[in-house]
Amino acid sequence: MEYIFSLEFIYLIASITYILGLKMLGHPETARRGNLIAAGGMTLAIFGTIFLHQGEVLTQTYLLIGSAILIGTIVGWAIAKKVAMTKMPELVSLFNGMGGASAALIGLIEFNHYIGDTMSIVTILAGIIIGSVSFSGSMIAWAKLNGTLNKPLRLPKYNLLNNVIFIVLVAFAAYMTYIGTDSQLYLYILFFGALAYGILFVLPIGGADMPVVISLLNSFTGLAAALGGFLYGNMVMLTGGILVGSAGTILTFAMCDAMNRSLFNVIFGGFGDTDVSTEGSTSSVKGSIKKTTASDVAILMNYSQRIIFVPGYGLAVAQAQHAIHELEQLLVGKGIEVKYAIHPVAGRMPGHMNVLLAETNVDYDKLAEMEDVNPEFSNTDVVFVVGANDVVNPAAHNDPSSPIYGMPILDVENAKQIIVNKRSMKPGYAGIENELFFNQKTSMLFGDAKTVIQSLITEIKGM
Amino acid sequence: MTEFIEFISNNLQMIYIVILMIFVGVEIIGHVPAVLHTPLMSGANAIHGVVIIGAILVLLGADADNILAQALGFVAVLLGTLNVVGGFVVTDRMLEMFKKKK
Repeated sequence: MEYIFSLEFIYLIASITYILGLKMLGHPETARRGNLIAAGGMTLAIFGTIFLHQGEVLTQTYLLIGSAILIGTIVGWAIAKKVAMTKMPELVSLFNGMGGASAALIGLIEFNHYIGDTMSIVTILAGIIIGSVSFSGSMIAWAKLNGTLNKPLRLPKYNLLNNVIFIVLVAFAAYMTYIGTDSQLYLYILFFGALAYGILFVLPIGGADMPVVISLLNSFTGLAAALGGFLYGNMVMLTGGILVGSAGTILTFAMCDAMNRSLFNVIFGGFGDTDVSTEGSTSSVKGSIKKTTASDVAILMNYSQRIIFVPGYGLAVAQAQHAIHELEQLLVGKGIEVKYAIHPVAGRMPGHMNVLLAETNVDYDKLAEMEDVNPEFSNTDVVFVVGANDVVNPAAHNDPSSPIYGMPILDVENAKQIIVNKRSMKPGYAGIENELFFNQKTSMLFGDAKTVIQSLITEIKGM
Repeated sequence: MTEFIEFISNNLQMIYIVILMIFVGVEIIGHVPAVLHTPLMSGANAIHGVVIIGAILVLLGADADNILAQALGFVAVLLGTLNVVGGFVVTDRMLEMFKKKK
């Protein structure tokens, strides 16, 4: 009976909640409950670790742990509750970095306690490297999504440089293990070296690829947590960490698949490498664009039978999700068939558009995935592209020199009329021109997505 | 080399768990609709906050007079808590939006 209340048993329950929770997160009906179950298991594991600890613990230590958890809970809760829905992707990145940093710090402290124990030192050093890379990489990803850092930054020969740094880091860690050093200096050199590598690793990767990077770093942090579990022989850290590590890796590959690019290509590909430096000369595509006005578009929509909306990051930035839903309902009320075409990587994270539109209670049936909706464009009267760019760029089909060549896109050019709403003619996140804008059938409706959609609503209501 | 083999045999149970968990992780993600990719990533993100357990163990085992270890341990627990609490709350907020649907 005693065993029921033992820490091992609590860890077993917690591990089961992680597996169940992740499983339930995969289905819309059970997702929320799954998250709560995993959170419950985590709470149990945390309190179990504190209160069922064997051996003498000073009150001072309890106070320290208690205050750290209290502060972390209040701050974490406040940030998570306050931040706007559009900022979710960078928030995930931020929290991921916190976990990575925590793992690295554990390694820094425990290093002294395990000197001479070769395998433990290997585990600790690996944990420090992975945790630090995850931390600094996540911070860069966060800054990029945040818009603080919006251009890929590349040192000369950055691929070679990064690989050399990585090899040096690993070799240095191996050397530290081999000589069985107890040098704090070496330890901190490794720590800061790993931090620097994390920065250099993410810096050259374009903003459009950040979802993939965050997912990858997410599984890194899982791995770092699992290494901690290995070190302590702690089962709950091991199961939770490995679970996230493997699930995160699969998710990363799923995202790469959606963009028809390999992970190797994302990391070493130098996306948009050729164009970025020549930002000033934007006219690699010749032709002229057609501008249109809200009232013209309103008339066009009013007399259409089938309309497809193509939302992109611009919709999220402008917070126009409610407006577009209102427009949709207005049009449906007039007997027009309206759908949303969701590209898997539209926005800044897979499913970003779904999450955004779900906020406004858009019907699930109206959200069409790329494969299903692509054949439908040819009998669609109007396609309304709102703040999307790279995911509708025909260069992916017909320009082998384009960095996005081969990426599956939404074939909006097959529709009878294309209305593109953008704030300006600036290229999208991939930093490349879009010949769709110069298409005969395309009209540009410049302006902030929310303002534009609201004026469309007013115009249509007045008809 | 002997140390390595010794390590394997001493930790055989954990190695079993690692291998099985890798397959569980792969299986679980296999069939998730794209709609749930973001919440799923966020949920997984919260779960690796389990690293906080390690941070707590560090503090529980740290010498009372080792100020550096105490300070770093404190920060580690704090960051781990941020990861756990922030991660689960953000995921819940995302999923809240799916709730009202049929």
